[in-house]
Amino acid sequence: MTRNLNGRAVAAAGETLDWAAVRSQFPIMERKVQGGVQLVYLDNAASSQKPAAVLEAMARYYRTSHANVHRGVHTLSEEATALYEDARQNAGRLINAPSSRECVYVRNTTEGINLVAGSWGRANLGPGDTVVTTVMEHHSNIVPWQILQADRGFDLRYVPVTPEGNLDRDVFGSLMAEEPKLVCFTHVSNVLGTVNPVAELTAEAHAAGALVLVDGAQGVPHLPVDVQALGVDFYVYSGHKMCGPTGIGLLWARRELLQAMPPWMGGGEMIREVTLEGSRWNELPYKFEAGTPAIAEAVGLGAAAEYLMDLGMDNVASHSAYLTNYAYNQLVEIEGVHILGPGPEDRLGLVSFHVDEVHPHDLSAILDLDGVAIRAGHHCAQPLHRSLDLIASARASFYLYNTESEIDRLAAGIERARRIF
Amino acid sequence: MDQLYREAIIDHYKHPRHYGCLEAPDYKAHDLNPFCGDELTIEVKVDEDEIIRSVAFNGKGCAISLASASMLMEEILHESLDEVKTWTREDILDMLGIEIGPVRMKCALLSLKVLKKGVYGLDQLEEEELD
Repeated sequence: MTRNLNGRAVAAAGETLDWAAVRSQFPIMERKVQGGVQLVYLDNAASSQKPAAVLEAMARYYRTSHANVHRGVHTLSEEATALYEDARQNAGRLINAPSSRECVYVRNTTEGINLVAGSWGRANLGPGDTVVTTVMEHHSNIVPWQILQADRGFDLRYVPVTPEGNLDRDVFGSLMAEEPKLVCFTHVSNVLGTVNPVAELTAEAHAAGALVLVDGAQGVPHLPVDVQALGVDFYVYSGHKMCGPTGIGLLWARRELLQAMPPWMGGGEMIREVTLEGSRWNELPYKFEAGTPAIAEAVGLGAAAEYLMDLGMDNVASHSAYLTNYAYNQLVEIEGVHILGPGPEDRLGLVSFHVDEVHPHDLSAILDLDGVAIRAGHHCAQPLHRSLDLIASARASFYLYNTESEIDRLAAGIERARRIF
Repeated sequence: MDQLYREAIIDHYKHPRHYGCLEAPDYKAHDLNPFCGDELTIEVKVDEDEIIRSVAFNGKGCAISLASASMLMEEILHESLDEVKTWTREDILDMLGIEIGPVRMKCALLSLKVLKKGVYGLDQLEEEELD
């Protein structure tokens, strides 16, 4: 393990990353809870923690360079604009976007999908059209389409999930025969951990004449993502699940789509010319960024993207796979524990489960007394839980800084909850 | 641990009192806790003096929400409807006898929310009172 000038852990040839050093870059890992126990943070699929590099980039921006962007002709405004645009480059480079002009800042994945629904969808969908999404989706890739459907009157169809926790490819194929205009699915399931074959599904959808939107909220934190290689048309991710701050995310879309799409929100920044008779829109991506944006958050997103690229997304992916596999094998051994979704080789980043006799909320409360943070509930995926005949589940999700011994504490806590009930 | 999951809570969770349905209840209400997906139905029968003569609840939920419902059924049986209307969140917390943090408060209070919805037939009142 060596460190570069910024103190980041970097991999030398033939050397795996020093993950203990990576962990030490996250100040919150020092946190004690419940009167002195070491925090074990396993709720990363909800939101990840932040490395010092991200916190410092945001603080530095506010301390030294804050002003509004793309406005003033003065030193600070120029610095702020440069930082804001450099961050866009990094956030786009993380997913190999061909151009940062195709990268639109949004608040989060949810807002990115709503932008596509409200702009592209409103302009292109109507009676007789079909949109395909899946039962595996987070509510953010279902509800925007339901809202738009009520207004525009197209057909909304759902790909079911097989008992193994994969998208049902047979139904997917038969839905393609209906020539949908848009196919939406998640890169990685936030409940099952399933890694969907994005490139294959995209090729199938394209062959049917559909555009493809991918929810990358759980994909970008754990996987090397290349939107060009995947061939998708829209790809959205959130900053706060990949070491960045809340309130910022990225929508990437192919340029010709963005060019043809009408604005989503009106206001400052998104216009070229405003007259009382009407307005002309700004160039990409500013057409979609009305109002003063979340500048410090964008700077933080860029720093997070840079941080991950320095670690190497291949390294991050193999560490996530290692932790996921370790946790799966620990939990599957515990009597009364039922894991949702596919085996460890087809999942990434998380293990959701339920425990006989113990409601997920009670499990989470008992684990919390040991300092172990997991998520309990429906994880914003009620249709998926209903299809599994569950009202809720418990979810442990992992990231860069987690360790085997933390997963051991999770397993011990589950055993303890089993004894209480 | 002892605090949150004292024996009585676990006992009511594992052996809920008055679990099931009533025939022809006078009051019945159902509600969800959208935070965790818990759901609860409460049914009540009263006599001519509006004294509660039989109660039942059913649903799915965590130990806190189901124990709260089970204990509440025992508390309100043979009480008058007027009495029920005076119940507050403090009464529920006293009944449970445990410390409840802000996140689990919705679990603890779901039973009272459903009961008052049934007896009052009003939702808004509950939201203000229970939050």
